[in-house]
Amino acid sequence: MIEHRSHTYGVLGEFVTEHELIHAAEKAREAGYRRYEAYAPFPVEGLSEAMGLKRNKVPLITLIGGLCGGLGGFFFQYWCNVYSYPLNIAGRPLNSWPAWIPVTFELTVLGASLSAVFGMLALNGLPQPHHPLFNVERFSKHATSDRFFLCIEARDKKFDLADASRFLQGLNAQHVTEVVDD
Amino acid sequence: MSVSEPPLDSPEIRRLSPVLAPGHTYATVTDKIAAIVLTRRVSLGWLAGFGIAFTMVMVLNLAVGWLIIKGVGIWGINIPIGWGFAIVNFVWWIGIGHAGTLISAILFLLNQKWRTSINRFAEAMTLFAVACAGLFPLIHTGRPWMAYYMFPYPSTMGLWPQFRSPLIWDVFAVSTYGTVSAMFWFVGLIPDLATLRDHAIGKPKQIIYGMLAMGWRGSARHWHRYQSAYLLLAGLATPLVLSVHTVVSFDFSVAIVPGWHTTIFPPYFVAGAIYSGFAMVLTIAIPLRAAYDLEDFITMRHLENMAMVMLATGLIVAYGYFFEFFLSLYSGNKFDVFLVQQRLHGPYNHFYFALILCNILTPQLLWFQKIRTNVAMLFIMSLIINLGMWLERFVIVVISLTRDFMPSAWGRYSATFWDYATFAGTLGLFTMLLFLFVRVLPAISIAEMRELVAETTEEHK
Repeated sequence: MIEHRSHTYGVLGEFVTEHELIHAAEKAREAGYRRYEAYAPFPVEGLSEAMGLKRNKVPLITLIGGLCGGLGGFFFQYWCNVYSYPLNIAGRPLNSWPAWIPVTFELTVLGASLSAVFGMLALNGLPQPHHPLFNVERFSKHATSDRFFLCIEARDKKFDLADASRFLQGLNAQHVTEVVDD
Repeated sequence: MSVSEPPLDSPEIRRLSPVLAPGHTYATVTDKIAAIVLTRRVSLGWLAGFGIAFTMVMVLNLAVGWLIIKGVGIWGINIPIGWGFAIVNFVWWIGIGHAGTLISAILFLLNQKWRTSINRFAEAMTLFAVACAGLFPLIHTGRPWMAYYMFPYPSTMGLWPQFRSPLIWDVFAVSTYGTVSAMFWFVGLIPDLATLRDHAIGKPKQIIYGMLAMGWRGSARHWHRYQSAYLLLAGLATPLVLSVHTVVSFDFSVAIVPGWHTTIFPPYFVAGAIYSGFAMVLTIAIPLRAAYDLEDFITMRHLENMAMVMLATGLIVAYGYFFEFFLSLYSGNKFDVFLVQQRLHGPYNHFYFALILCNILTPQLLWFQKIRTNVAMLFIMSLIINLGMWLERFVIVVISLTRDFMPSAWGRYSATFWDYATFAGTLGLFTMLLFLFVRVLPAISIAEMRELVAETTEEHK
């Protein structure tokens, strides 16, 4: 029996195929675990659904960024040409908005793209120089190459080191190890 | 394009030339691609190529340095031909960049699997081409240290840029394009940087790749958001890439100069950009796959598909030339009619005929599958198309400017040594950056290749 230490991050199990990982993620959810995470070297189709992940906030952030870029860009040009430095060119209207569309469009795309990238990074909590999982040698060696991992985390209410280890072994996980944060 | 073959996704074609050679697993694609960067020794060929490119960059430094000392008078430009090589090269380079975005964004949205092994270096090509392109308008201003005048900033003079001018649209279009391309490329790189971090031997490499990977560990929640962000970026880059060359064409078509003032310019410029870009992707892909044994990943199917895209966009470009010609005659505008005559019989008509030969006649060979699957022929063809697209911009810029409305304002243009030195220098810069890129970053997306392995093994079951 392994003792549950205060700095235990969780229990990690390794799987050979993505199908085993999806299966394990489903079973973990059915078993009542909520704080667990799957790791894969590429985006596995069906994994988000198996883990019950809901729609994320990246699209909303992108929309807001795009609107800010577009509206900000348009009204900035309006302010420059109509208020800050009005220039009468052959009596043409100061609010010559069709000529501002290209810049407005570009700034919409710029605002949306910057928000998509930085929003994604921020929601993912990246950059994050250290993570307890990097202490596990097999994880560092295989998680970004050819293996699939499932980690049941210690902050889960239902977490018990021995139970979780047995649960992962029951799912045919290999190299079930305790992840320690130190 | 009606080709008398089964559609590309039919099992027959896939068996003939798959997008990924059979027998690969997650580990083999990872090791094979990562090894190019991590364990492969610097070869003599690489050193020689890098050395030549580096020398050309020194030529660029010299040319730009001399330009800064003496001013744009060292070039062949003068009134009435204020736009010489600088603008020709600018439009040419920015067009080349477009294929990278097309491959990475549009083919991604269209779910084309064959894009996977070529998107990474095509995106790198985009970035480097945009860098070369951006240099030209900058040094063409004559006082590049004043370039910040073009951006809206609260100056003490209380002035703002002229937002109604296509030249300012260009500033926004090109800088947005550069920024978004760089982000798209970097986001695609993050999982691969994590792979390199985990496979690198030695502290310096681990630390550098580790910092760039930002702690990526392939968590499902991260992938979930990552995929949303990547899809959104692809969706944003698609209209962006179409807008960039449209805005570049506005530089010409908003002016009233004969030969420039036509509504066909935006679509015809975009098609030309994709055409030249695919030619450049082939120019790079063919030596790359040979030098690094990447035939398993960049297969004949990729080369053939790219050849077909070139043929299709080449035909659109031919259609553009035809209608440019036809509409000038049909308009009855005597200046436009005169310009057509000048293209055919004027002092630069040999450029025009060379352009038709390179861009319209030669690519018709691509109708034959024998040619499309002949690597050496494709390489030569890609060089010819690159040359042809450069000639196209030369014809547009120079013939129109030398022959505008009044005979008293006519002139002649010829490039000087420094024009050629600057152009050759940017070719060197582009090549040098590509050489560095294949040595320090994975030239093929490893994470996406793993996805392809998963998909292809699924299909074989």
